Amino acid sequence: MAEQNNRRRGAQRLDPQVKPTVKRTASATSGRKPRQAKALRYDSDNHWQTAKTAFSRLLTTPAATLMTVAVLAIALALPGVLYSGLKNVQQVAASWEGDPRIALYLDLSVDDQQADSISRMLLLRDDLAAVELISRADGLAEFRALSGFGDVLEYLDQNPIPAVITVQPHPMSNDELIELQQQLEMEDGVAEAQLDMAWVQRLNSALEVAKRVVVMLGLLLATAVLLVIGNTVRVSIESRREEILIAKLVGATDSWVRRPFLYTGAWYGFLGGLCGWGLIQLALMLIDTPVRELAGLYNNSFSLLGLGVVDTVLLISFSLLLGLVGAWVAVSRYLRAIEPQ
Amino acid sequence: MIRFDNVSKCYETGHEALSNVSFALEDGEMAFLTGHSGAGKSTLMKLIMLMERPTRGHVFVGEQNLAGLDRKQIPYHRRRIGVVFQNHQLLFDRTVFDNVTLPLMICGFSPRDAGRRARAALDKVGLLTKEKMNPIALSTGEQQRVGIARAIVHKPQVLLADEPTGNLDPQLSEEIMRLFLEFNRHGTTVLIASHDMGLIQRMRVRMLSLQQGRLAADG
Repeated sequence: MAEQNNRRRGAQRLDPQVKPTVKRTASATSGRKPRQAKALRYDSDNHWQTAKTAFSRLLTTPAATLMTVAVLAIALALPGVLYSGLKNVQQVAASWEGDPRIALYLDLSVDDQQADSISRMLLLRDDLAAVELISRADGLAEFRALSGFGDVLEYLDQNPIPAVITVQPHPMSNDELIELQQQLEMEDGVAEAQLDMAWVQRLNSALEVAKRVVVMLGLLLATAVLLVIGNTVRVSIESRREEILIAKLVGATDSWVRRPFLYTGAWYGFLGGLCGWGLIQLALMLIDTPVRELAGLYNNSFSLLGLGVVDTVLLISFSLLLGLVGAWVAVSRYLRAIEPQ
Repeated sequence: MIRFDNVSKCYETGHEALSNVSFALEDGEMAFLTGHSGAGKSTLMKLIMLMERPTRGHVFVGEQNLAGLDRKQIPYHRRRIGVVFQNHQLLFDRTVFDNVTLPLMICGFSPRDAGRRARAALDKVGLLTKEKMNPIALSTGEQQRVGIARAIVHKPQVLLADEPTGNLDPQLSEEIMRLFLEFNRHGTTVLIASHDMGLIQRMRVRMLSLQQGRLAADG
């Protein structure tokens, strides 16, 4: 009972079209009140009915509908895949960006004991979070193990690898980092200090460019979606021209005529968004395995982020909105032209 | 119910379809509109339906001056009028029943209510048994009767018919005309455009005859 009351109230708010704007004579007015209340309650069901009819109309031409939906899905999936790829790269970059390091290459003349005391001195500084010393011997061992040039070392009289101290500064601005690097380079025994950050900046600028490209591509393809839906709805209007003419003659309002086409556009948008989402997930699934392998090579247990719930909802509602707008534009352009003559 | 006040209609081509037409049709009255083709019958009907606007003068339907209705109000105006066309204008992509319920759906009736009214209307024109058929499968006379059922299903105050018997043989024409007479007896104002003089004279109702856009005779 309560539900029925609610529904009636909702319908009343939704529907201004049953209000008589034209004076009626007594004969037509008699018994109108109960009929009008029924009509009002009916109207909210009518929306659902119109939506269902619009959907079954799409099914009457399955091939054409499928092709349109496929075009929409591809147009939506392309920026979608790029967007989620970008999101993943950003996620990786963010985990690196947090800790820039400075590598201090010590003079070859510095022996292990001196290197150790330098690193202890650095530990006392309060702008450094961590200090790690790689002695000349350790460095040599590492080089031998990783470079594959171990044999060459046999021909050398002495160890060519300098001791290296890697320091990790506390979080600070880029300018401060550069200042710190210069300071450290002046320290006794330090031959060279390398700030290991330039590539992070480069990566960030590259990501910024990529983001712009994705946004622009997204806008272009959204326009394409709009045009495709608009044109499809226009064709559908043309094919129902006769019906529209007759409906207008027997008193259909513009909104009554417009409604099924808006639902058609919304269905196209929804189905396109859904299939686009499917394509994006499929693409991510296909590149997931190679990405895992790649990450494994870097001793990284990185796993690909799919489209989250929020992004999925955004994608589908955005596409539905595009469908509605495309249909609205098409309907308002062509409906006026169809007037009974 | 319908009143024309010195109505003239000039088309953009310069052709004057109606000039200074004045007449009044009382509530519940029935009349024929006659004249040769091009005399202005269709234009007069279109003015009542607001498919055209008069160049000069005023048209009233049920005390409402149509000049006062803007584009948005036209649909509500048309819901008071039922129209029967010469070429019946049925939709062949749906059943007879769905053709007849169309005006009710537009007015916002519930499907059950609409169904009941549509069957009543089909019963009146004697086509209740054919409600599930496609109108393309019906004879011309039957198609015209479906068109009439659609025109009267929402109980309009005014019933207009533009050459409703144009394609029919004399016997079918009589049947159709008798239907109109019956609706008129139930209080509907009826205006029928026709050039079938023999038939009109047998019916003995008021006759408005147009000649080159002017009202030549009334009575």
